Amino acid sequence: MNNTEKIPLTEAVFYILLSLFSPMHGYGIMQNAKELSNGRVNLGPGTLYGAINTLLEKNWIMSFEGEKDSRKKEYVITELGKSIVQGELLRLEELLANGKKVIGGDTK
Amino acid sequence: MKHVVRKAFYDHEKEEKWINEMSAKGLALTDVSWCRYVFSETINNEYSYRIELLDKLPTHPESKAYINFLEENGVEYVSSYMRWVYLRKKSSEGDFDIYTDIDSKIKYYKKINVFWTSVMLLELVAVLINLIVSMTHTKFFNINLIFAFLLFILVIKFWSLGIPIRKKIKELKKEKSIRE
Repeated sequence: MNNTEKIPLTEAVFYILLSLFSPMHGYGIMQNAKELSNGRVNLGPGTLYGAINTLLEKNWIMSFEGEKDSRKKEYVITELGKSIVQGELLRLEELLANGKKVIGGDTK
Repeated sequence: MKHVVRKAFYDHEKEEKWINEMSAKGLALTDVSWCRYVFSETINNEYSYRIELLDKLPTHPESKAYINFLEENGVEYVSSYMRWVYLRKKSSEGDFDIYTDIDSKIKYYKKINVFWTSVMLLELVAVLINLIVSMTHTKFFNINLIFAFLLFILVIKFWSLGIPIRKKIKELKKEKSIRE
């Protein structure tokens, strides 16, 4: 993994990658990100389109050749993408653990 | 019933606001050409509109792929004028923002800034040509000097259109330094 891949993922990218553990089209990703975050994360179509193209270039996701009759383009995460998510989870766990250590487990 | 309104805008944000105000009154934009807007009657506030500047003309394959993606995602392509596209979404489907994170917003505002700066530089070249002509060809002195002056007003106009855009980019970059 090179240095650029150790940079924290943006929220948009994190939720896109998470969504694509099962094949999905753009609209599905938007809905899924919204649902997972209880309506907090709202992916605009321009933001999503730019992110999908960058992730395809980086080979973190790929086009999914699913049902032939489906007009909408679907995408799915690659093995590389999965390892990126794993790395990000470790980073987030570290943040969480350190946060709890300092201010305690109570969020109140 | 169709309504045709002739109106000129320089500022696309004011234009977008006006189109949304028309939509709130039950007039939905259906077609755009130079200084000409066509609306059709519908229920009040049926659509939310956004105007977006594309990288390429709407007929270019890259733009077509993007517009196709938008249409798959509940956004309707209404019309275009040069590289500007007019998009709408049913208001009942919630907020309509094309760019929702800091990075993509900065990238988009930079594109608009480049657009207005290029237009301004083109006008500036035209000002200089007229000044040179007015100085070297004395018999056309007056008319070219007048042209140069009128074009210079446009230079200032296009420069000022970029001011709020550049301010937004600066603010977003500041935000980005402390949060995503």
